[in-house]
Amino acid sequence: MPHAKLPRKSTHIDMTAMCDVAFLLLTFFMLATKFKPEEPVVVKTPSSISDIQLPDVDIMLLTVDSRGRIFFSIDNKVKRRALIEDLDANNNLKLTDLEKTAFSIDASEGIPFSQLKSYLSAGPDERKIMQTNTGGIPVDTTVYSAQNELAQWIKSARNTNPKLRICIKADGDASYPYVSKIIKTLEGWKIFKFNLITNLKGIPPGTAAAQDAAAAKKS
Amino acid sequence: MAELDTSGGGHKKGPGVKKGKKLSTRIDLTPMVDLGFLLITFFMFTTTLAKPKTMEINMPYKDKDLTEVEKNKIKESVALTILLSKNHKIYYYEGMATDPTKPPDLKATTFAARNGIRDEIISKKKSVDALKLSGALTAKDQMTVLIKPDTTSTYSDLVNMLDEMNINDIKVYAIIDISDVDQNFIKETEVANGIK
Repeated sequence: MPHAKLPRKSTHIDMTAMCDVAFLLLTFFMLATKFKPEEPVVVKTPSSISDIQLPDVDIMLLTVDSRGRIFFSIDNKVKRRALIEDLDANNNLKLTDLEKTAFSIDASEGIPFSQLKSYLSAGPDERKIMQTNTGGIPVDTTVYSAQNELAQWIKSARNTNPKLRICIKADGDASYPYVSKIIKTLEGWKIFKFNLITNLKGIPPGTAAAQDAAAAKKS
Repeated sequence: MAELDTSGGGHKKGPGVKKGKKLSTRIDLTPMVDLGFLLITFFMFTTTLAKPKTMEINMPYKDKDLTEVEKNKIKESVALTILLSKNHKIYYYEGMATDPTKPPDLKATTFAARNGIRDEIISKKKSVDALKLSGALTAKDQMTVLIKPDTTSTYSDLVNMLDEMNINDIKVYAIIDISDVDQNFIKETEVANGIK
C-alpha cells in the first residue's frame, strides 16, 4: 500500500509569543502586588456580608488570636519610629537608638513593655520564638489601670498619628471577654467607631439586605 | 523558528562565490519563558489581590449619666434582647426584662439560616411595623436589638450577630454587657432543659 508521505515538520515551536505572554503577566503581577504583611499569628476571621474595603494607609491593626493574645501593628516606618519614641518617653522603657530603629522596621508586636527591650535587641530568630511564646500585650477593662498596656500603645499611636483608623482582626474562636476588653479600652479613650476585619460571604437570599442589594443594582 | 542556527554557513551559491558565516538572529527563548513563568508564580503566591473587608461598628457614646436616660427611651415593645451563650447557642426574649416581677420568657435558638435567630428578628420586625400601623407606636420608634454576649460566647458569635443586624436591616442595636440577671436566666433555662 502506498503511503502518502507527509512532510516532516520541525518540533521546535516559536517561543516568542509565549515569552510575550509570560512577561505581560509578570508585569501585571509585579505592579498589582502588595506583599502580604508578616502576620504574627494565624487568625481565622469570621465572615460577614459587609464589603467595605480597608484603606491601605493609616491603619492600626489589633490582632487577637484564638487564645486571646493581642498583637499591635501600624504601617509606615516613620510613624512607627515616632510611636516608639513616644512610648519610650511615656513609659520609661530606656531603649537605645538601635532598638528604636529595630522597632521601626519590625512588623507587629505582642510583647509586654517589660520584655520589649530584650525583644528589640534580639535577632530575628529569637524574636520569632518570643512572639510565639508571648502572652500578648496586656489589657484590662479600664484605661486607667496600670496593667492596661494596650491603652498606652493606642494612646501613643494616636498621639503620633491622629488619623489612624482602628481595626480589630480577631479569631472567630477567641472568647468574647478578650475582645470585650479591647472594646472597653477603646471606649475608655472615647473611640466609639472602629472596624472589625471579616471575610466576605454572600448575602442570604430573601432578606432585607438582599433586597437592598438588588435595588442598588437596578438603579 | 526560534533557535540559534549553529550549522554555520549558508548553502552553495555557486562556484567562486565565497561567503562569510551568516549567523541567524533567532535566539532560543525557552529559558527566558521559563524565567518569566517562574517569576509569575512567585508573584502570584506572594500577592494579596483581595484586600481584607471590614465591618464598621459604632459603639454608643458612653457617658455615665447618658446611658440610663438612653435606656429609658427605648420602649419595651420594640426591644428584643439576645443573649449569646456557649456553643454558639442563642437565648432571646422580647422586651428588656426591666420589670423584675415578671421574668421574661426565654427561648433558645441558633444561627441556622432556617428557623434560627434570623426568622425571629424578621417576625419581631413585622410585629413592630404592625404596632406602628395600629398607632400603638409612633413612626419614630424603631425596633431595637440588645445584644448581650455572655462570657462563654466567642467573637464569631458577636460578628455573626452584628451581621444579622446588617442582613435584616436593623438600624438600632447595641452591644451591652451581660448582667447577672441575664446570666441567671440562661442558667435557669439550661437547668430546666437539661443542657450542660
